[in-house]
Amino acid sequence: MSALLELHDLDVDIPLPDGNLHAVRGVSLTASAGQSVGLVGESGSGKSLTLRAAMDLLPVPARISGGSIVVDGVEVTGMAPGRRREYLSSMMAIIFQDSLTALNPTMRIGDQVAEVPLRRLGMARSTARARAVELLDQVGIKDPEGRYRAYPHQLSGGMRQRVCIAIALSAEPGLILADEPTTALDVTIQAQVLGVLDALRRDRGVGLVLVTHDLAVVSGTCEQLNVMYGGRIVEHGLTSELLGSPRHPYTAALLRSVPDPDQPVHRLLTIAGQPPDLMQPIVGCSFAPRCLAAVDRCATDLPPLQPIHHGRSSACWRAHEPEHWPRALVDETTDEVRA
Amino acid sequence: MTTEVAPVARRRRLAARRPLRMNVTLAAGLALLGALVLAAIFAPLLTGWDPIKQDLSRSLQDPGNGHLLGTDQLGRDVFARLLYGARTDLRVGALAVFFPFLIGGALGLVAGWRGGWFDLVLMRVVDIVVAIPFFVLVIALVFALGSGTRSIYIAITLVGWVAYARIVRGEVLVAKEQEYALAARASGLPTYRILLRHLLPNVVLQAFVFSMSDIVLSILAIVTLGYLGLGVPQPTPDWGSMIQEGQAFIFTKWYLAAVPGLAVVITGLALALIADGFVHRSARR
Amino acid sequence: MRYLAYVLRRLVATVPVLFGISVIVFFMIHLVPGDPAKTLLGIRATDQAVAALHKSFGLDKPLWQQYLDFMGRLAHGDLGRSFFYNVDASELVSGRLPATLLLVVSATVLALLISVPLAVLAASRRGGALDQAIRAVPLVGLGMPAFWVGIMLVLVFGLKLRLFPVSGFGDDVVGHLRSIVLPALTVALALAPILIRSLRTSMIAVLDSDYIVTARAKGLTHRRIILGHTLRNAAVSSVTVLGVNVAYLVGSTLVVERVFALPGIGTLMLDSIFNRDFAVVQAVTLVFAVMVVTINLLTDLAHAALDPRVELG
Repeated sequence: MSALLELHDLDVDIPLPDGNLHAVRGVSLTASAGQSVGLVGESGSGKSLTLRAAMDLLPVPARISGGSIVVDGVEVTGMAPGRRREYLSSMMAIIFQDSLTALNPTMRIGDQVAEVPLRRLGMARSTARARAVELLDQVGIKDPEGRYRAYPHQLSGGMRQRVCIAIALSAEPGLILADEPTTALDVTIQAQVLGVLDALRRDRGVGLVLVTHDLAVVSGTCEQLNVMYGGRIVEHGLTSELLGSPRHPYTAALLRSVPDPDQPVHRLLTIAGQPPDLMQPIVGCSFAPRCLAAVDRCATDLPPLQPIHHGRSSACWRAHEPEHWPRALVDETTDEVRA
Repeated sequence: MTTEVAPVARRRRLAARRPLRMNVTLAAGLALLGALVLAAIFAPLLTGWDPIKQDLSRSLQDPGNGHLLGTDQLGRDVFARLLYGARTDLRVGALAVFFPFLIGGALGLVAGWRGGWFDLVLMRVVDIVVAIPFFVLVIALVFALGSGTRSIYIAITLVGWVAYARIVRGEVLVAKEQEYALAARASGLPTYRILLRHLLPNVVLQAFVFSMSDIVLSILAIVTLGYLGLGVPQPTPDWGSMIQEGQAFIFTKWYLAAVPGLAVVITGLALALIADGFVHRSARR
Repeated sequence: MRYLAYVLRRLVATVPVLFGISVIVFFMIHLVPGDPAKTLLGIRATDQAVAALHKSFGLDKPLWQQYLDFMGRLAHGDLGRSFFYNVDASELVSGRLPATLLLVVSATVLALLISVPLAVLAASRRGGALDQAIRAVPLVGLGMPAFWVGIMLVLVFGLKLRLFPVSGFGDDVVGHLRSIVLPALTVALALAPILIRSLRTSMIAVLDSDYIVTARAKGLTHRRIILGHTLRNAAVSSVTVLGVNVAYLVGSTLVVERVFALPGIGTLMLDSIFNRDFAVVQAVTLVFAVMVVTINLLTDLAHAALDPRVELG
């Protein structure tokens, strides 16, 4: 299966009055049709910007300052903006966290779903409408003809997000990029929306790149996982392998901080310290100041993302010896609490 | 009695005051306003002519011959009248904002904090006053109160308090729900203490920024009243009446009407720059 | 149907406001301690005139009774009697109303024609040279007295380009329309800085919205995004902004009428102030307020019609 989206060493900068915020640093990522890839990290890790950069939808004043984006074998970074927009929109679609603001409040949802078939796919108005109804049905909205004329504020959060998925589908993309699509929804609705995305992948081969900070979401939905920290990818591989035996201290710490519903919780564990200041150049590994497994080398040399075995890589000098990491990092029965 | 609330509040207050950094807009505005105010204050030094003394033998002279901007139809030096007019308009304009600020601010503070029927009634009164156009009401009030500078102050106060009441009330409503206010209330601090030390600084700041643009409105009102003959009583020089007198000669001595108007525009520009400069500052917090 | 119910409810809501306005208008003359008749007549306060005023206004009756009489007369459409012209104030007002209404309507149209395109332009090219230039307009424009702008227009059009009359109202419809151009332009220019500033801000908010990002992600053309997504939201904001500034618009017409010698209710009010014709001053103030309330109501209804988020229920 050839890759539909390839990011090579992508850099994204945000020039601010106070200085330059280097938000995405050398990120490489691939996603194929029919595949689901997760991008996990805390807020400020650069995961949303990575996604938006891939769709050429970076918010002003952010911009791509390095690296390349290849979509279905075509290098888009050098393209003229108009052509690039057309190309990207025909290949990929994106959905956002806040479905209410992502929809035009003064336009009926049916018309918003029918917009791409009408304006870009050249369908007649009645055909486009019928297509919209079909799409609304596919994402699991009951009574799609009746709901066509509704306005966004009249729908619940879960339904709105399904409408956004329908809009994404209307362009017939090979890949859907989803930026925290379920963060604003409660858990049961979350499962339903993720279910829709999963069904689309299985039944229609639409790939998924899912950005989230919630490990529970990725464990159920994504085959492949990328963990991001401080603008970089620090670990990559099969989700099951990463979550089962992490090869990067940050991944391990993330896993530790998620309370296990089956175990009694004595204390809630957090990762001590603050995320790095992305306005400054970072010497060495960006996680080192907070890392329980850090050694001297970590503060001076930046560990590159290196393969551990096929399909698995980690950006850590100690990736090959997780058994020597401090017990506190990996042992779930330790009660150690920091700050 | 010190409580744990104080450090939180102090941090918030510091955050509110910290970016007292100058930016270009603010600096330009202050410089411009400063120049105008200085020109007004030092008017007697800047011009030898008496702005009030008439000399019909020298009426309507063109600029030159010691008259920087010529003379008006009564032989008075235009530049002198411009400078002394600045004294009148700037002073009255700034002062006229003072009472609306105080009264409207106080009413808004109470309404926002207490809520209840006081708030309801006050907001209804605000709605009613706002329905009558500012100029119309001011003019009608000046008429009802009799002419003179005192009537102008009263009229503007009676109409202008509304905007301050709204702003302060809005800010109080927001600030009331801020964590530090809730914490203060939970710790049992007396009401006036909470109002004074915790809410007031930020609320006053917002009202102050607004007052910069309100002074513009105030000066416009005074100048308009002057134009209509309802303003500061003659023979005190005032830009509005200068424009009114100059209108008759618009086709021959166009600058008689144009220049005082430009003075108003420049004053407005200075105050707008200051208001804008303040907003930039606090927006970057 | 629900919209109709909304209309009725908004209409009912204006009643207390109108009521309050009548109170203010009534109590205006009683602000000054002492005999209101003496204040009103000023230097012409001869004993005879004072007595006459007392009689015609019933000023010797207790205050609450005066107010009731006032409201009673108002209910019959009686706005008092002008003692300068010796006719009913309502007659005077209705004679002068058309010019003012024409001015208000044309000024609104012109103000929108000037402000909306500039605001949309500035917002879509945010940060650019054009945007900076347009942003400078409110800075300079807010300090411009409306009447001064009018006089400058008189200078330009009276002296150089003799296209439009600089005073008076003309005799026929064409004359009226030609005479209203410069006054309407003056009011529009006085209003434009405020409108541009507010509209630009709301346009930027619209263009920054996530749904515009969605529209771009759909691959729609820039033109389609502006036409299909921005405009309706722009219309909603425009109506709101206009509603907020109605009072200022209407108030500006008063002094502009004086500049261009338009026979509207503004000049009527000013003349009556100098004639100490109190009933007319009172009547015109009332009419101005009613005009503002009415226009506000209309913008409210327009907003509800355009924006589906407004709660009609």
